Amino acid sequence: MLNAIWLGMILLGIAVAAMNGRIEVVTEATLSSARQAVEVCFELVGIMAFWLGLLKIAEKAGLVQFLAKLVRPFMVWLFPSIPADHPAMGAMIMNITANILGLGNAATPFGLKAMQELQVLNRHSEEASDAMCTFLALNTSCLTLLPATIIGVRAAAGSIAPTQIVGTTIFATACSMMVAIIADYIFRQLHRFIRSGR
Amino acid sequence: MVEILETVSRWAIPALLLTIPVYACFRGVPVYETFVEGAEEGFQTAVRIIPYLVGMFVAIGIFRASGAMALVSGMMQPLMSGLGVPAEVLPMAVMRPLSGSAALGLATELINHYGPDSFIGRLASTMQGSTDTTFFILTIYFGSVGVRQVRYALTVGLLADVTSLIASVYICNQLFR
Repeated sequence: MLNAIWLGMILLGIAVAAMNGRIEVVTEATLSSARQAVEVCFELVGIMAFWLGLLKIAEKAGLVQFLAKLVRPFMVWLFPSIPADHPAMGAMIMNITANILGLGNAATPFGLKAMQELQVLNRHSEEASDAMCTFLALNTSCLTLLPATIIGVRAAAGSIAPTQIVGTTIFATACSMMVAIIADYIFRQLHRFIRSGR
Repeated sequence: MVEILETVSRWAIPALLLTIPVYACFRGVPVYETFVEGAEEGFQTAVRIIPYLVGMFVAIGIFRASGAMALVSGMMQPLMSGLGVPAEVLPMAVMRPLSGSAALGLATELINHYGPDSFIGRLASTMQGSTDTTFFILTIYFGSVGVRQVRYALTVGLLADVTSLIASVYICNQLFR
């Protein structure tokens, strides 16, 4: 599916640009996007290093394990294929916590760390495991309590109540998280069924 | 409630920086050495995602700049207006899963143009705050470990995005109309 979407975006983009007689736009967009991608990665380096450093301290001090124990029932229910005391659990919990608090920058390093731990347990290293799909579903739809960036934009635009959208945001994000968890469960069962039939 | 959340969010990082190393020090962990040990992984991970991110950004960049993006959101409009999505916010809704910065740019434009406290402004704010950039997360998370086949993860992510869009429109209509 990713293959089709990727190729489709490129082909459709070139076709539309050609029809509009602005084919040079494609060249510009290609080169500037490629540069942008690398810039994003390098911006990540410092943040990644900082959070992973702090995470390591928390792990060695036993703090992550403590947090993991608190939410263990919930995590075991969501991730039946991951042993409850596996390091992946700790990283995933830290990632979800950072997401909930709206600390977007902090969430990514924990998320990437969690993926690495999940990859250790993955039997087909080029294919996403069930747990990885669940984690992604949870992550892309994660409950956010404080959408800090958009509150900033609203305040800058002179809103009389910049935080007025917090309630509606929590409602929308809760709905999407529920759908994500349910959809993930259904797809997982479906895939298992198809595989066992082969 | 909101004030509490704001304070928590403002204090989160300083508080973590205070409690984690201090507690670890009490437990006899060599804090500086441990920090550096963990931080080392950061660079490698960031570099490993470059190929995946270049691939994704280029496709999205072409799609947007060529006008194909506008074309697709134009085609989706009849369907979306049936669901009660105003035409003004549709480009932003379509952009949201693809590019975080572009969606934020569009949201900022809407907020400035219609006013932050208008219906459109509030709806755009809610939509922006309640979803994440699915393609970006998918690309870097899977890319960082070399997973190329993402199975159903993308479908689930996009389903969640659509849900969040519809839920935003619904709740904003209930509260802000």
